[in-house]
Amino acid sequence: MSAMPDGRERVVEVRGVVSRFGTQVVHDGLDLDVYRGEVLGVIGGSGAGKSVLLRTIVGLRQPQGGTIRMFGIDTTHMDDAERRPIERRFGLLFQDGALFSSLTVLENVRVPLIEYYRLPDDVVDDLAMLKIRLAGLPTSAAHKYPAALSGGMRKRAGLARALALDPEILFLDEPTSGLDPLSAAAFDELIATLHASLGLTVFLVTHDMDSLYAVCERVAVLSNGKVVIADTIDKVEQYDDDWVRQCFLGPRGRSAARQAEWVASLARAG
Amino acid sequence: MPQSFAPPPEFRVDAEAARAIVAGPWTLANLGPLFARRPALPACTERWTLDASRLSSLDTAGAMLLVRLLRATGLGPGDVDFTGLREADLRLIELVDARSRDRCEAGEPYFGFRAMLERMGRAVARFATQAWELLGFVGLTMTTLAGVLVGRAKLRWTSIVHHMEETGLDAVPIVALLSFLVGAVIAFLGATVLRDFGASIFTVELVSYAFLREFGVLLTAIILAGRSGSAFTAQIGSMKSREELDAIKALGLDPIELLVVPRLLALCVMLPLLTFLSMIMGLVGGGIVSMLSLDISAGQFITRLNEMTEIRHFWAGMVKAPVFAFLIAVVGCLEGLKVEGSAESVGRHTTASVVQAIFLVIVFDALFAVFFMEVGL
Repeated sequence: MSAMPDGRERVVEVRGVVSRFGTQVVHDGLDLDVYRGEVLGVIGGSGAGKSVLLRTIVGLRQPQGGTIRMFGIDTTHMDDAERRPIERRFGLLFQDGALFSSLTVLENVRVPLIEYYRLPDDVVDDLAMLKIRLAGLPTSAAHKYPAALSGGMRKRAGLARALALDPEILFLDEPTSGLDPLSAAAFDELIATLHASLGLTVFLVTHDMDSLYAVCERVAVLSNGKVVIADTIDKVEQYDDDWVRQCFLGPRGRSAARQAEWVASLARAG
Repeated sequence: MPQSFAPPPEFRVDAEAARAIVAGPWTLANLGPLFARRPALPACTERWTLDASRLSSLDTAGAMLLVRLLRATGLGPGDVDFTGLREADLRLIELVDARSRDRCEAGEPYFGFRAMLERMGRAVARFATQAWELLGFVGLTMTTLAGVLVGRAKLRWTSIVHHMEETGLDAVPIVALLSFLVGAVIAFLGATVLRDFGASIFTVELVSYAFLREFGVLLTAIILAGRSGSAFTAQIGSMKSREELDAIKALGLDPIELLVVPRLLALCVMLPLLTFLSMIMGLVGGGIVSMLSLDISAGQFITRLNEMTEIRHFWAGMVKAPVFAFLIAVVGCLEGLKVEGSAESVGRHTTASVVQAIFLVIVFDALFAVFFMEVGL
């Protein structure tokens, strides 16, 4: 596998990706790397192609040009059968959870386990239950149908399903959008915990400045079809670009930064 | 992929030395066979040592198996000594142990006679509530209609005309074609049975009685229940699931007046018209078959129709049309209003709407038949 000079392994390599919808160019030769074990936040204005990038990387969409490599394997033009072993190795959380509405939460989490592995029934149940608990849901939620859950709980249930196969990398599409500030903060914390305890690599598409400051080690800014900068948040803040400056030094960015500092100071104080 | 070449996961117990060896990749992909062998940790008075120095990788599934193994002998991760275990793996085991303490208490599923009784009871109760709701909704619609008559509620002409086009005009081809075909089929049926008695000419009565009294209106009603009743449910239902109905109420408007009354009136006008079309097309279908295979000429057919079939049969069929239209529209709209939340609910209620509408149409048709027989119509 390709490695960085400092030895960090690239889990995802995006090279020169071009995405077009009709005449509208969304990605114009986009490059991006995701390293093993990091939390990468992807931010950009509405319509900058964040979700399209995510869908392109996981193979739900074919790019018009460029290559995608996951785990060092070129996945750009794979067919469904070739892609399957790769798909087991990543988890994907859709914006509203995308739970199967005719199944309970527990059954939703069981689906990938049953489909991919032959395991005894009670083991599958226990594993699914464990994932539900890891996603921070109470056991009582396991037998509920998605329609009976709140937005935050649906996302957690979706996360439990994404975690079912013990993925190496987790793709999250705006996990905190539509949540109240407390639930959003709790979800950020959950991602940080899972990242630390399971050693997950996380690819996080977000609008939420708080999430960026709270959990992301590196931030990639999408603008005009390219990644303008991908670096630690301090470096991104200093970067000389109109959108970046307005976003990070604007009121929302500042308040998120202040809060992150405050949390950090609390942590230092013990 | 590294794990595909790795040796299988291992679990060996040395009860004498109170030592167990955990080795290989303890990951979800490799655990199937290990789970199937149901490894166990025998009871032992001494403190167990778990040697994990050859454990190549561990994920939550592997950690869970380990925790289950320990738990089967009444132990927790704190009750054993791990040797050669990575710090991260120990944390994972502790996390899994903490999060899997409370097992899922599944609602005990039960089958058999009691379950059957319960299902039957539920179905009866549901039927009763449905009938009750339908009655209530009929009342509500009637009140709004009365409000329209006395001028308290507005009549939405644009909406009515739009729905007349959608449910009526657009249904003309399918109603005409199906009626023509059914008319032809009935004539064939009559021809084969009646010819043996030398009474082929009675085919005219067969077709005309059948179509004027029953088939014209019944066919049309069933086609419209499937075509327009379901459309009403789907339209109103998807509005409901997108909270558009709440928006209507919040703007101080009445959803019944805005959505239900125009659909109801449109169907009550169009279903009789389509019924008339259906009767004509059925007679045409029957006439053409009579002409081609029974040697009854068009002139003979029309004369016979004129002489033998009284106009009361036409009215006996026609009078049912507005009633069926009312049933179909009310059921379709009510099911739409009952939609809750998801898109799945829209689908379920659309099905229910068609089934109920056809059910009611046939039940009322039977009631009409009994009534007409009693009054000798």
